[in-house]
Amino acid sequence: MEKIVIIGNGISGITAARHIRKLSNKSITIISAETDYFFSRTAIMYVYMGHMKFEHTQPYENWFWKKNRIDLVKGYVSNIHHKEKKVLLDNNKEIAYDKLIIATGSKPNKFGWPGQDLDGVQGLYSKQDLDALEKHAPNKDICKRAVIVGGGLIGIEMAEMLRSRNIPVTFLVREDSFWNGVLPNGESQMLNEHIREHHIDLKLKTNLAEIRSDENGRAKAVVTDSGETIACDVVGLTAGVSPNINFLKESGIELGRGVKVNRYLETNIKDIYAIGDCAEQHESIGNRRPIEAVWYTGRMMGETIAQTVCGNKIEYKPGHWFNSAKFLDIEYQTYGWVFSERGMKEYEGHFHWRHSSEKLCITVAYHKETKQFLGINTFGIRMRHQLFDKWLTEEKNIDQVMESLKDANFDPEFYAQYEQEILSKYNSDFSKTIKPKKKSLKHIFA
Amino acid sequence: MSTYDRSMALTGQPPVSLSKNQKLATLLGLGGLAIFLLAAFNLSFPNKGLWLTLSLASISIGTLWFAWDAYSNKKPGIKNDGVWFKSLVNRGFWGWILGIVLTSFYIILYFYPQYLGLVSGGENKGVIGLFDPLSRILSGNPASQWFVYGVLYTVAILAFGIKFLWKYRHNRYEKIRTLSVMFFQTSFAFLIPEFMARLNGDKLNLPYYDLKNMWPLNYYNFERYRVNALIDGGNIGMAMLLFGVVSIFVISPILTYKYGKRWYCSWVCGCGGLAETIGDPFRQLSNKSVKAWKFERWIVHSVVVFVTLTTTAVIYSYLGNDTSKYWLTKTTFLIGVAAILTLVFSWVMLFKRKQLQKDAQYGAIGFFIVVVGLIGLHFFSGDGDIFFIKAGTLRKNYSFLIGSVFSGVIGTGFYPILGNRVWCRFGCPMAAILGFQQKLFSKFRITTNGGQCISCGNCSTYCEMGIDVRAYAQKGENIVRSSCVGCGICAAVCPRGVLKLENGPLEGRINPTEVLLGNDVDLMEILNKK
Repeated sequence: MEKIVIIGNGISGITAARHIRKLSNKSITIISAETDYFFSRTAIMYVYMGHMKFEHTQPYENWFWKKNRIDLVKGYVSNIHHKEKKVLLDNNKEIAYDKLIIATGSKPNKFGWPGQDLDGVQGLYSKQDLDALEKHAPNKDICKRAVIVGGGLIGIEMAEMLRSRNIPVTFLVREDSFWNGVLPNGESQMLNEHIREHHIDLKLKTNLAEIRSDENGRAKAVVTDSGETIACDVVGLTAGVSPNINFLKESGIELGRGVKVNRYLETNIKDIYAIGDCAEQHESIGNRRPIEAVWYTGRMMGETIAQTVCGNKIEYKPGHWFNSAKFLDIEYQTYGWVFSERGMKEYEGHFHWRHSSEKLCITVAYHKETKQFLGINTFGIRMRHQLFDKWLTEEKNIDQVMESLKDANFDPEFYAQYEQEILSKYNSDFSKTIKPKKKSLKHIFA
Repeated sequence: MSTYDRSMALTGQPPVSLSKNQKLATLLGLGGLAIFLLAAFNLSFPNKGLWLTLSLASISIGTLWFAWDAYSNKKPGIKNDGVWFKSLVNRGFWGWILGIVLTSFYIILYFYPQYLGLVSGGENKGVIGLFDPLSRILSGNPASQWFVYGVLYTVAILAFGIKFLWKYRHNRYEKIRTLSVMFFQTSFAFLIPEFMARLNGDKLNLPYYDLKNMWPLNYYNFERYRVNALIDGGNIGMAMLLFGVVSIFVISPILTYKYGKRWYCSWVCGCGGLAETIGDPFRQLSNKSVKAWKFERWIVHSVVVFVTLTTTAVIYSYLGNDTSKYWLTKTTFLIGVAAILTLVFSWVMLFKRKQLQKDAQYGAIGFFIVVVGLIGLHFFSGDGDIFFIKAGTLRKNYSFLIGSVFSGVIGTGFYPILGNRVWCRFGCPMAAILGFQQKLFSKFRITTNGGQCISCGNCSTYCEMGIDVRAYAQKGENIVRSSCVGCGICAAVCPRGVLKLENGPLEGRINPTEVLLGNDVDLMEILNKK
């Protein structure tokens, strides 16, 4: 029986294991140093906030693994001997494999800041990070202030977490507006406002210079590049993540920032594959980045690699880009590509609408010459993935999308509808006279 | 986390103690309840009307004050902060205390109403006596333990309904749905039957009838005394009797086809109304394990069989044999019941078998054989008690075991232990029948939004019916489950906009997928079209 070993029990590794089991009878072993069982990393914020208990973040009951003959090993892989086809654990135990899948995910970035390894300084990625935050910031008396460094998706989640326990938060963001390397200005501005209305002390255009230590080696203050000193008990480092591959340095596997893989997710060494956050494509796929640290791309790579490992070799071919996030109370979804002013293609045009009082807005990207619909960002209005995926494949033009926008609405029943208002703004911005099409269940479910 | 353990807060903020306002509000509410307690120990209140008003007002104002303090200074949005840190709602110390208090209340209410002050044929005392003035205003009669319960029930749904409206003020589905249960409780369940009692006199003696409470939830609806009273009740009575039959056999299937069972369970039903308002803080306590789901399927369908047998036996017992007196005789009735059951069973087995789990199929076959077998046996064994037990005994057992212990003592008393929908999930035969229709013959589903699910588990955690919503969402599969009451909370708490309750075409409603949207189409085809 062929022996498959997977390093990492995150979404990528687990998806691979589940699909290999569906397709075959191979022996499957998953090694993780983080937790005994798979949990949903995206949900750790809700554990700290008290929305869920940690066990609720585990999508499968504990009996699931045994029943599906997936062996779980708790241990830290210190090296791989690919010539002997063996994985070495740090307790000197060895595990032999026929095929090896590396799915070790990411670790929070640290950019060599003075004090970055002090007690009370942490990222927010792993179960251990969650435990550390519970220890250092259990309430507002023990943690009188927290400083978060890095204005991205994790940063704002961490701010929300701490605010749920009424801990004052200072949020240092390098850019002149929150996440505006990714989001167009209008959206980024709206989020600045929303962050501040949640009483988060947002400091834009501010970098971390140094973290000061108290006599016990614990963080006690942050110094910014403008020379300001902010007393704090916890420092959150949330300036992105990078592949967690240090243990592979001696392995002979080709590394860049991540584990280098081709479109079949194969590394330079036969029978060793890499998937998920830790994999780095030799060449970007479309507009995607070579390393994609996104939940669903990890899942898709897991689905793909399972096919390859089980004899049906196929390329990793992600479809149209999509993603989602939640900024405090504002839900965000994106389908296709909408770039910020900084990353915008020269052919890319934008239509932007924002509600006069509510925190709702959308941005639609289109091709200036062909008028082809390129993508949409939507804040506070849920939209239907299937439909946008279809429209992107069919290369609809922006007018067609705007007139059928009602079909794409995915908000709960009885919610106020804004398509009429959006369309009027579109018509007046572009001097058009487009009329909305009636909502059609046929189009939606076709 | 133990630092939070004794917090009584119901509203989602992890500070260790309640705010000053919340403490005062709690005190006020408990003060209202204390008046009842004093009355229960037969402290005589001089002006009953005044003290009752005072008590109900302090309970309501206390609740509203608490909710106002908890939500008014917050942005609209999900308010689940700290839920699992609070001992009242995480099965902690206060949760158990509350569970014991509620359970005891129900035991007294159902089995020892004399301790509440019920005096048959004399002046009521105690708590029930306190409610006499209100009862006389409404129906003209003295109060009973059921009147007391009805008032408290309605006050609970109204006060905690307003709290719920605040909590979910960003969500119009939740707001409209809650206004609906508040309306149906106040009018149909409480005021209309009270006013109807005023119509009764020498000529008319209509039974207490909550029109929205249909058989089999209202298991006693077709009992002899009620049917007689309705038949004697002239046009109104006959209309009500007819409505009772039509509502289960015509109205409910049509509405369930169009909207799913939510039209009843989370928009109209009184049990649902209580669960969705005062029960809302406990929704996360439902058990999500596969085992619990299996247990649920067996037990709830057993109750359906039990109630069908009981009702059949009861109706059978008072029908005659002579066709010349009345068209519906013992024989025609039994044949009718057997025919309906056979029809439903054959239809399911022929056309819908694939949509049932394996054990559900076995269960259906088993139950069908038992019921039809019993009816057949009865025919061949001559006249006697149907199902070998006296109808009265069967009825008494059902009323005790299911009507009182299951729906009341366990169903509501165990809110803080097993979650707010224990009865609806494990015991309610009405929910089972509507669920059966919802699963096999309805346009309702919870649509999953492509590949957006991040498996966080908020949906599963806050599903009061114990459905593992995430298990479907993370596979990109629509949720079509007979137990889903359509409360919409899964969609509300989803941080990624993945879930939407909707009524759409039957085709493609159940869509098991191997791979979610997002991958290149080839891979999806390889896996999905296998």
